[in-house]
Parts: sequence; C-alpha cells; structure tokens
Amino acid sequence: MEPIIKGEVRCPVHLYSGEEAIATGVCAALAKKDYIFGTHRSHGHYLAKGGDMRELIAEIYGKQTGCSRGRGGSMHICDPEKGILGTVPIVAGTISLAVGSALASKIRKEKRVSVSFFGDGATGEGVLYESLNFAALRKLPIIFVCENNLYSTHMPIRECRPKNNIFEIGSPFCIPSYRVTGNDVLKVYEVARKAVDMCRKGQGPVFIEFMTYRLRGHVGPDDSIQGTRTDIRPQEEIAKWRKKDPTRNFERYLLRDKIFKRENLEAIKKEIRRKVNEAHIFAKKSPYPKKGELRKYVFKE
Amino acid sequence: MAINEALRQMMLLDKSVFLIGQGVKSPWYVGNTAKGLLEDFGPERVIDTPVSENAVTGAAVGAAIAGMRPIVVHPRMDFMMYALDPIINEAANWHYMSGGRGSVPVVIWAIINRGSEQAAQHSQALYALFAHIPGLKVVMPSTPYDAKGLMISAIRDDNPVVYIDDRWLYTLEGEVPEKVYSIPIGKGIIRKRGKDVSLVATSYMVVESMKASEDLKKDGIDVEVIDLRSIKPLDKKLLFESVRKTGRLVIADGGWKSCGLSAEILATISESGNPFKNIKAPIRRIALPDTPAPASSNLEKAYYPDHRKIASTIRDLM
Repeated sequence: MEPIIKGEVRCPVHLYSGEEAIATGVCAALAKKDYIFGTHRSHGHYLAKGGDMRELIAEIYGKQTGCSRGRGGSMHICDPEKGILGTVPIVAGTISLAVGSALASKIRKEKRVSVSFFGDGATGEGVLYESLNFAALRKLPIIFVCENNLYSTHMPIRECRPKNNIFEIGSPFCIPSYRVTGNDVLKVYEVARKAVDMCRKGQGPVFIEFMTYRLRGHVGPDDSIQGTRTDIRPQEEIAKWRKKDPTRNFERYLLRDKIFKRENLEAIKKEIRRKVNEAHIFAKKSPYPKKGELRKYVFKE
Repeated sequence: MAINEALRQMMLLDKSVFLIGQGVKSPWYVGNTAKGLLEDFGPERVIDTPVSENAVTGAAVGAAIAGMRPIVVHPRMDFMMYALDPIINEAANWHYMSGGRGSVPVVIWAIINRGSEQAAQHSQALYALFAHIPGLKVVMPSTPYDAKGLMISAIRDDNPVVYIDDRWLYTLEGEVPEKVYSIPIGKGIIRKRGKDVSLVATSYMVVESMKASEDLKKDGIDVEVIDLRSIKPLDKKLLFESVRKTGRLVIADGGWKSCGLSAEILATISESGNPFKNIKAPIRRIALPDTPAPASSNLEKAYYPDHRKIASTIRDLM
C-alpha cells in the first residue's frame, strides 16, 4: 500500500486482497503449459501461475524491467512462457481470447486447458454469452472462472442482475456449472481439479462461480481518489468478510490440523516479506523505459 | 478464386493457419473464396460460426496470441462493428502493451458489399476507421493478383492485418500465378505512368481511376494512377515522388470524406512540404459525401462517384 500512498506507484492498482484463494486454488490445479487470461485485478493470477514477483512489481512501477517492459502497467501483465497470456481492464475483454487459446490447443491436439478469469461485472457483457455458446459448440477445454466479489466497481451485483444466479449462466449452453466458496483454497482446488480433468478428457467447457469479496476498494488501497473516499460498501459488510479472509482461514486450518507448526508458518511469512521487499527494491532501482523508445513495440518487426 | 488459392496454399504450407467466420461453408456469404476448403482441411480448420462477431473475432485473436495464424472473415464489414473490442482494444494494442512479449498474427478479412439498393448497413467502407488505430495494418487489393499476394502477406505478417476487399471487384479477372508469392505491405504501385496529374486511389476506385485515365487520354491528359494497396502503412515515398513529378494531385477515395483516407493523404503530402514547391493546381478530393448509403438506385447513382466524376474533376484542373 505504502508505495501507492507515497506516489511511487502512479498507475491504477486493483488489489486482489481477499480473493487470493481463487487464483491459488485454480492455478494449483493447472500445469505449466496451460493458459490463463485475466482482468484488471490479476496480480494474484499472475503470481499463482508462476509469474515472477520482481517483474510484476517493476511493471507496476512503470519500469523497463517489468513483465511488460513498462508499457502495460498493473492492468496489462503477462508471461507467455508461463502460460500467462495476458490481462486487460476491458470488462469481459479476455473471455473470448481465452476461448481462442482453447481453440488453438484443440486444433493442435495439445490437451492444454485454458482458464478465463473474470468478475461478476463481466456477466453484464454480451460477449460472455457468445463465448459460452461458441466454447460449448466446439467442446473447448476452457474453464470460465467468475470471481463474484459482489460488486461491479461500485454497483452491488444484486442491482445488476434480477436474480443471484450467476452460476446458472452455463446451463442454457449445456455447460456444467458450479458455485463454490472462493475463500477456502482447498475447496477451490477441489472443484478446479475436477474441472481441469473434465477439460483434459475433452468434456469441457466448465463454468465455476466463486463467491468472494475484495477487502480493499475497487482501485488502490481504499478507493481514495484525490482525498475522497469512494468505497461506499457498508463497514459491517467489510468487517464480516474480513473474518473470512482466505489466507487467515488457511492458516487456521494448517495450525489446527497440525500440518504446520506456527514457527514454520512464521518462517514462510518472513520469506514472503523478504521477497516482496526485494522486489520493491529491484523495481525502484530499475531504469524507466527510454523516451526514445516510445514507439517501440507498436508493431512486431 | 485468387483469395481461395492464397488460403489453400497457406493452409497447406502452415498448419497454424485456419479460417473462421460466419458462412465459410456458404457461397452465399463469401462467394467462391472458401470453396473446397472445408472438404480439404476439415471442420477443425475451416470453422463456420454462429452470428457472434464479437466472440468469434475474439477467439481468432486469442488463438493468434496462442501461436496460431487465423483468418477471421466478416462477409459484411458493417457487422464487424460488433467486433471492435477484440480488434481495436485487444489485437491492435497487444504487442505494445505486453512490451513485445505477445503478438497477434491474425488476419481480419472484411468484405465491403455495397450497391444494389442494400442501404446504409450493408454498404459501409470503414477502412479509415481501422487505419486510425496504432498497431493495425490495413490492406486493400484492387486486382486478383494483389488479392492473392496481399492475403499471403497478411497471413505471414506477425501483426494484426485488416484485409478489406470490395465485392464490386469479385467479377474482375486477371493473371494470377500459381506459385506462392507475396506483395509487401506498405508499398503502393503505379498502375499507369503519367506526367500531368497524380491520381491516387485504392480498391474499387482504382478500377474507376483506370477508366478515367483512358477517358482523359482523348483530351490529351496524361494521368499517373497510383494504387495504394496498403492504407496503413502508407507508401509516402511513392506519393511524394509522383506529386513532385506531376505537380497536380487528385485523390479518389471510396470512403467518406471527413477525417478519411483522402484527408490523411493530403495532410501527409502537405506536411512533407517538398512536393508542394511546384504545385500547379488546387488539390481535389473525390470521396463519398458525408451521408449514409441510400437504398434507391437513383440516389445510389448520386452517392457513388465513378470514372466520369473523376475525369471531369481532372479536366477542371488542367
């Protein structure tokens, strides 16, 4: 948060806090060769699929060493070698692209699986329904993952849809559909494993709605834009979901079932903190893209 | 059939090439351009789709990101407006916003299908719209030879290429070599050399311009006809050299006048300064009026400029 507040990070940053279990559980069920496409809120997807922490942070700082060479920023992160084909902020913009990547792997008979991550807001876009239909017609190996955090930017999803039934969207297209809690990484993994198996066997597509909540505002730490707090969600609601924080949930589970000792967990946390700090230092020290290279990458030469 | 040959040869040579779009099975949509491809390459590589321009174009773009070389066809360019997000937001920006790590070797093939009282939504020549967008290349063939060569170049290009052809050209016949050949994107061609006036045209307007240049021969006016072939990038060098030589410029554009191709050509030449040092006459633009395409054939005649209009415009300059 600090670099955003201090202005060291200037590009809009949409934090994934509170939704971590979804990316983690889904990507744990994927192989390296599998493809993912994401959204404006995709730092978690990137890291969970094996993206490099230093390159991610450097990209957010707008540096040449970033995963998109400082041309993309927080909302356009990728690592094609790791199967992270891209993320974009156009709502529902990558759903059809993910369908295309599944089409590519089907034509090439590669048995890769594609995952399209999108939010509940994307259910308002027509391209989602076109994509579901086309994917079902061609029996493509794709998992449609809807991360329902209950808000489409500021607008409660209950005001966007007449019924709380996103998971049923797949049914008219004969796509097996599930609704699962998105705040329990093991439950996420379980359903993702099942979906991946189905896709690899040629029984795709699959639709999964994960119920979750973002613990921060839509953008930045708390939607604080020029001093005005724009996060209008009820404080009680935020507090209620804070109790369901997926990382704390998992921590409690590990300790309760004695899978990890507290000191092991602390060691892991310390290691993560070190990695994050190191990534920030790397990003700050990295050079900005050269002004003379403004037009580089418009076309592939 | 020139396009058909290009598709067939490229699909044979490169397994990553596939054709997707509405009506690829039906001659009603795409004429003979996809004839026999389904039989030869099967439904995995010749994919007829429901009417879902947005998702289908997005799927082609996504497949290209994943390493394929799709051609997505829009039998009527007007319907392609549903697909502006995958074309403009995604394909055009992808290479840049990924810092060169992802590329989109897709061909977006749009067919302009106008006249015959088809009215405003079956007639639009929207190439200037796409030429405005950084990251897109836009090509427009005017001969069967170019139709094949430009399609092959478009498929081989590592960037998204919008390939736009005009149904009015589909009855044209011409020499098309059997071999695989390509026409460089960004290079125009002089269709007829001349010394009195540079007539710059593209796609179907090249046909009208050639007719106009024949008409003008009788008046002793020697027209140089330039076929741009590529709308983006523009072959500036060819334009500059021709205008410098003739000192007169007429642009025959098959699109609308405001903020269109003709304005871009004029501005480009104007900014370069040099060719204007010996300009002998005012520059003239022939384009569609800023009006939707009408239905009634009587109005169509007033709407679409032809060789007579081009010839009379040039006569006035001499």
